[in-house]
Formats: sequence, C-alpha cells, structure tokens
Amino acid sequence: MNPSHRRMRCGPAEACGGITNMSAIYILWLRQLKRYLRSRSRIIGSLGQPVLFLVALGFGFGPTFQKAGQGNYIQFLVPGIVAMSVLFTALFSGIEIIWDRQFGFLKEILVAPVSRMEIMIGRTIGGATVAMIQGTIVFAISFLAGFRPPSAGNLAFAFVFMFLTAVLFTALGTAIASKLEDMQGFQLIMNFLIMPLFFLSGALFPVDSLPGVLKMVVAINPLSYGVDGMRGALGGITHFGLSTDFAVLSIMAVVILAVGSYLFSKIQL
Amino acid sequence: MNNSIIDVKHLTKKFKDFVAVNDISFAVTKGEIVAFLGPNGAGKTTTIKMLTTLLVPTSGSVRLSNSDVVSHQEETRRTFGIVFQDPSLDDELTAWENLEYHGVLYGVEKNIRHGRIEELMKFVELWDRKNALVKTFSGGMKRRLEIARGLLHHPKIFFLDEPTIGLDPQTRNHMWNYVVNLNKKENITIFFTTHYIEEAEKVAQRIIVIDHGKIIATGTPKELTIKTNSKTLEEAFLKYTGHAIRDESVSSADAMRARRGMWRHH
Repeated sequence: MNPSHRRMRCGPAEACGGITNMSAIYILWLRQLKRYLRSRSRIIGSLGQPVLFLVALGFGFGPTFQKAGQGNYIQFLVPGIVAMSVLFTALFSGIEIIWDRQFGFLKEILVAPVSRMEIMIGRTIGGATVAMIQGTIVFAISFLAGFRPPSAGNLAFAFVFMFLTAVLFTALGTAIASKLEDMQGFQLIMNFLIMPLFFLSGALFPVDSLPGVLKMVVAINPLSYGVDGMRGALGGITHFGLSTDFAVLSIMAVVILAVGSYLFSKIQL
Repeated sequence: MNNSIIDVKHLTKKFKDFVAVNDISFAVTKGEIVAFLGPNGAGKTTTIKMLTTLLVPTSGSVRLSNSDVVSHQEETRRTFGIVFQDPSLDDELTAWENLEYHGVLYGVEKNIRHGRIEELMKFVELWDRKNALVKTFSGGMKRRLEIARGLLHHPKIFFLDEPTIGLDPQTRNHMWNYVVNLNKKENITIFFTTHYIEEAEKVAQRIIVIDHGKIIATGTPKELTIKTNSKTLEEAFLKYTGHAIRDESVSSADAMRARRGMWRHH
C-alpha cells in the first residue's frame, strides 16, 4: 500500500517497460473483447450481410459456375465471404476510437503512461480478435451451406491468413479513425473503401480470367491476398501463391501499424 | 533542482490567431491545494491539458516533479492523476473493471492494485456497486468513481478540471471533503480549476486567478481580499478582472466552442 515502495520496484518509464508493455496491450485487448461480447445485437447484426451473400450468390451462381467447369462454387466462395466479414468487422472497429473520443474514454487512454505503439497494438489485436470471431461464425454457418474443408489442418492454416487480414484491416480502420472527429465522416470513408476492396479482391470470381487492367487493380488490393491465402490454404487454387500472400499481408500489416502508432502519437485533445 | 512539484514557465498556447493561454508562469509546492480560478473560456482547461500532456504548448515549459512534460511524456504521465471536466469512463464496463484496467495501464502490481481498488471504492462509497455497469450510474457517482480511478496509481499530483460541474450542492460538498481528506492523508498535491469563487475560497490554500489567458493575481484567499481592499473574495475578483465571474459565461462559452472548433481542424 506504500506508494514509494511501488515506485522503487517499478521506477521511471523504461525500468518496468518490459512488464507494463504486455499487460497494457493485454488490457486494451480484453476491454474490446468484453465490450464486444456484451453487445449481442452487434454480433448478430453483422452476420446478416455475409450470410445473405453466401446464400444468394452461392446458390444463385453455383450451377453456372459448375457448368463452366470451375468446380463447386460454395467451396470457391466461402473464403471470399469469410474475408468479407473479417474486412467489415475489422475496418469498422476503428469507429471505437471515435466513440472513445466522443464519450471521453480516449483521454483516459492518452494520459496513461503507455507508449502510443502499445495502444495501437492493443487496439488492433482487440479489433482483430473480434473480426476473427465473426469470421469463425461465418465459417461455421458455411458448413450448413455445404462447405467442407479438405482437413482440419487446412482450416487451421486458413486461420493464419484470416488473422493477418484481420490485423491489417483493423490497423487500417484504427489509423483512419485516429484522424477523424465524427462518425459520419468515418462511415463515409468506410463506404467508399469497403465496396471496391471487396468486389475487386477476387472474393466472388476467379482472378485469372479478368482483363489486364482489372487484374492490376486486384493485385494492388491487400484484401486479394487475404482471400487468395485463405482459398489456397483450404485446398483451392491460389493466384499469387501462398508465400506471396503471407509476405504481402505481413509487411502491410506492420507498415500500417507503424503509421497508426505515429498518428496516435499526434492526437491532441 | 527546485522544490516546486509543478513548475510552469512562460506557457503559451495559440490556436491559429487565438491566444488561449498567454505567457503564464507559476509554481506549486508539494502538498499544496491550489485553485485555478477564472470564468469559462479563461484558458483553464487549455492549461490543464498542457500540464497533463494532452496538448503540446506553443511555447514555454511545464515541469512536473522535475521532468519536462514534452520531452519526458511517459515519466510525467506516471506522476499525476486527473479528473477531466467531461466524463471519461467506459460506460460498458463495470465500476470495478474501469479501475482494474486503469491500474494495469499504470503498471500497478496485482496484489497492491486489488487492495487499493477496494480501499478507494470504499472511500468514495461505491464498493457495494462495484459490479454494476457504469452506464447505470448517476453523474455524482461517475465523478466519485473518476476520483477513485485518478488516485489508484498513487499519483504525486492530482488534477481536477471543474470537478463539480453538473453536481448538486450536496454531492459537491461531499466530493470536496474527499479531496481535502486525501490531501491530508496522502500528502497529494492538488491542483483544480473552477469558476466557483466560493469553492476556491473554501478548499484552496492558494488561488491563481486567470482571465483572458493571463494570470492576473495569485495568493491565499485572504491575501487577495486584503490586497484589493475588499470585503469578500467575490469583490476582490471583480476588482482584479473588472467584471463579475459569471457575467462572461454566455459569451465565453461561445468563445470556447469556437476554440474547440479551431483545434479540431488543426
């Protein structure tokens, strides 16, 4: 209970950095997870769209796809739909920064003796975890639609790519939100981003047969690598190759995390 | 080295053309209770934000416990606790969780942390509501919880920015009793802003009067009244500033809104 006693053990910033770092990241992660688990409507509400896409497109285009000799469309589509739900949840988790700003909690975080990098990492891992839970639920639903992975190992491998995709887009959403004051602005930017990211990612159709320009657009879209990685991991055909997918996603995630940390350090209230 | 726990020198903050805080200097000694008194829009909150690393000064320096707030952010952040003017709790978490997370962020060890949380929640009389979500709390309860949170990591300095705004008189008295007790019990330096003269007079050992971004007087409540030959502190304030403290509240609230807008776009 004695303050000086504590300070001796955990003195100036650097001295106890090693211990504090991980626990600060952990607690920011835990906070987001608790908030998510406490809002049931959010969990269920955000499943509507992916399920609709899965059912409408999966059964609608399935027969044509099959006739064209491309194989089972549900098998092809599911990684794309999972990527979609991860993309939506991850990007939109940035809005929590704006909530925190409006409800005042951001001040509490910003005056804490925690490096801005740790704040960024904690938030990103938190949002990415939530996005992965959503992705997992969509995976589970897709089993009902007839999706079957070749093996449990394949599924586990797909989760690696799901995780990288979730981290990348949570970091992106958070970085964008750190520059914004109001939710309308954020929503506008998200609407502007999400649809092109999703439709031009190869989530719904094979990339190989696209015209050259479109192929290029797909190649600069980071989501393409997430979709491609998951599809490849689940035994489908990859367009870029799994190691390229892995490298692109990891490097981009790190770069965006670094940019986000920088933007966080510039926030003034 | 010097003995001041808060040491402010030539502190200035400009938002584009608007000078919110204009070259102020003051010092606070360890264990003191100091009121930063001024009308709305005088520059109180802007000053507190600079003192607590939320806003970078345009020029001048702030040292807390002998470390500079700009060059040694993490170190200075450890030295103080703060209650902000607006609520800053997570409504979706329980009271206990809000304190627990704060303690972890500040690196307070678990065995110390849990004891301290209990002690403080009992101190602000919220222990029986520890597992309730904060969104079910009244304004006064939230304020008390924020006080408990701000003290959790044993800060040397406790900042309170207009802590009694929106509280009823009874809760207000209660709150000040906590704070004064705390100052006695843990020898914490207390620096609070207010635009209530009676509050400054009753609670503070020393008052710093700020108006239009400038410090215009400083002294004990008694000194301020004697210096100006006044009967009451209210009258002293009138003599110092040329206006009553509440006269300006409407127009300066607008000024403050304008100022917020300004720094949003910057």
